[in-house]
Amino acid sequence: MPLYPPIRPEYEVPLTPLTAVPLQRKLPLAQRLWQQSWLRKSLILILLALLWELLARWQNNDLLLPGFVQTAQAFVDGVVSGELLEKVGISLQVLIKGYLIGIAMAFVLTTLAVSTQLGRDFLSTLTAMFNPLPAIALLPLALLWFGLGQDSLIFVLIHSVVWALALNTYTGFLGVSETLRMAGRNYGLRGLRFVLFILVPAALPSILAGLRIGWAFAWRTLIAAELVFGASSGKGGLGWYIFQNRNELFTDKVFAGLAMVIIIGLLVENLGFNTIERLTVKRWGMQR
Amino acid sequence: MLSPAVDIITTPLLQVDRVSLQYRSTTAVVQATHDVSFDVYPADRFVLLGPSGCGKSSLLKATAGFIKPSAGAIRLDGQIITRPGPDRIVVFQEFDQLPPWKTVLQNVMFPLLASRTLGKREAAERAAHYLDKVGLSRFANAYPHTLSGGMKARVAIARALAMQPKILLMDEPFAALDALTRRKMQEELLILWEEVRFTLLFVTHSIEEALVVGNRILLLSPHPGRVRAEINSHQYDLQSLGSVSFQETARRIHRLLFDEGAPEPAQVGFQDVRFSY
Repeated sequence: MPLYPPIRPEYEVPLTPLTAVPLQRKLPLAQRLWQQSWLRKSLILILLALLWELLARWQNNDLLLPGFVQTAQAFVDGVVSGELLEKVGISLQVLIKGYLIGIAMAFVLTTLAVSTQLGRDFLSTLTAMFNPLPAIALLPLALLWFGLGQDSLIFVLIHSVVWALALNTYTGFLGVSETLRMAGRNYGLRGLRFVLFILVPAALPSILAGLRIGWAFAWRTLIAAELVFGASSGKGGLGWYIFQNRNELFTDKVFAGLAMVIIIGLLVENLGFNTIERLTVKRWGMQR
Repeated sequence: MLSPAVDIITTPLLQVDRVSLQYRSTTAVVQATHDVSFDVYPADRFVLLGPSGCGKSSLLKATAGFIKPSAGAIRLDGQIITRPGPDRIVVFQEFDQLPPWKTVLQNVMFPLLASRTLGKREAAERAAHYLDKVGLSRFANAYPHTLSGGMKARVAIARALAMQPKILLMDEPFAALDALTRRKMQEELLILWEEVRFTLLFVTHSIEEALVVGNRILLLSPHPGRVRAEINSHQYDLQSLGSVSFQETARRIHRLLFDEGAPEPAQVGFQDVRFSY
């Protein structure tokens, strides 16, 4: 026997404006604070510092592992005396030069790669060749070619930045949707203006990833290079500071130097790249 | 509602002259259209209609200048189309046609600035004017990812109209929208046309949408696309959706596209036709 649902009467509900219930409710203070990423990250840092200090106290050997407090003391001394800041200045100056030239070269290479077939082959071949090669391995050659000085450092820095960035940027360019490309061409954009107005902003998440990787590679390479020969035109940078203090067994100063590298890394990451990300790709809804 | 344009112009704006289009893949050449000719007159709402594989989108892309015909020529105002240009603005179906890094207002200004048609201030003024026309003035400073699908489609239309192109090319612009929004967008497009009298080349695979939006419909057969018929639809709008003559025309189109001359089966009702999205 077929089953039929009962026939129910129709009805209408007249709607009146809803005023009794608040439409939005604030989260409790603790939850709102917990949403702040800087607070969570600071907490992680404090826990790590605490762990470090405890380990050092238990180890009880200043020469091998100075504690957090001792390192902080050396750090503050270095900053106050100006020695540490001077070294940082020397290192950063070289670093930024190499980084910027690297970015410019990567941009030229990828622009060529998206516009011509030969450029594409050129980029993919060079990237495949040089990306796995540690930049620092080129330092002996660079010293031979450019002498003991900034130029050699900049040469290896460029090498450490350009391939990682070019690879990321190029991958980003390839991922730009066909619709956006056609829209851009539809408005008469061609050549460099097409790259600048369509491809670069559309591929910005990948480009930023490349810039991050390039920045980290550049730092590593610079510190390593300074550890090897240090003096750039008579003045050493942060790597040299670390190397020298190790030789003189000022382990707390070595730690202060390392802490400086880490702090600069954190600052650039959180104030630099994260800000750029927040103002661009996150604001545009391209990245969560 | 849809009276013909007051000034009746007798020279076609767009002439598609015996155009064959080919797609080249790595292993084969696929014929998309064969020997297609049609003329679009100023203030036409010309619809390309056909099942998938009839090359209607390819014809639109060729008109936009993205594809070069393997035979024949496409002329706009007598000039052969060789490459993409801002005198033919395309409204795509996809939502990602709006650069996400530009606000709604910047998006509408973008082609004006990119093609160096206007300076910054004039572009902003004109963009604001057309945003007002599509009812999005309040969202001028919002980013596209915060908009609904229908609003994105409106921005794309405002952007296209702001360029005041010779011809507006729409490639299934409402196909990705839900049915209610799509109905609303069709209505708004017709109202805009009443005001601005732009020339429109519109691609769709919905018979109902073709009849509502267009004043003339080109029917294409698939594999490869060839002209099957040209049909007038200026007498229909959203109000005539259920009317007898509307249904009859819809049936006739259905027959032309699918039955290839066989007698119409009795059980094919209007329901089959109108939900052919």
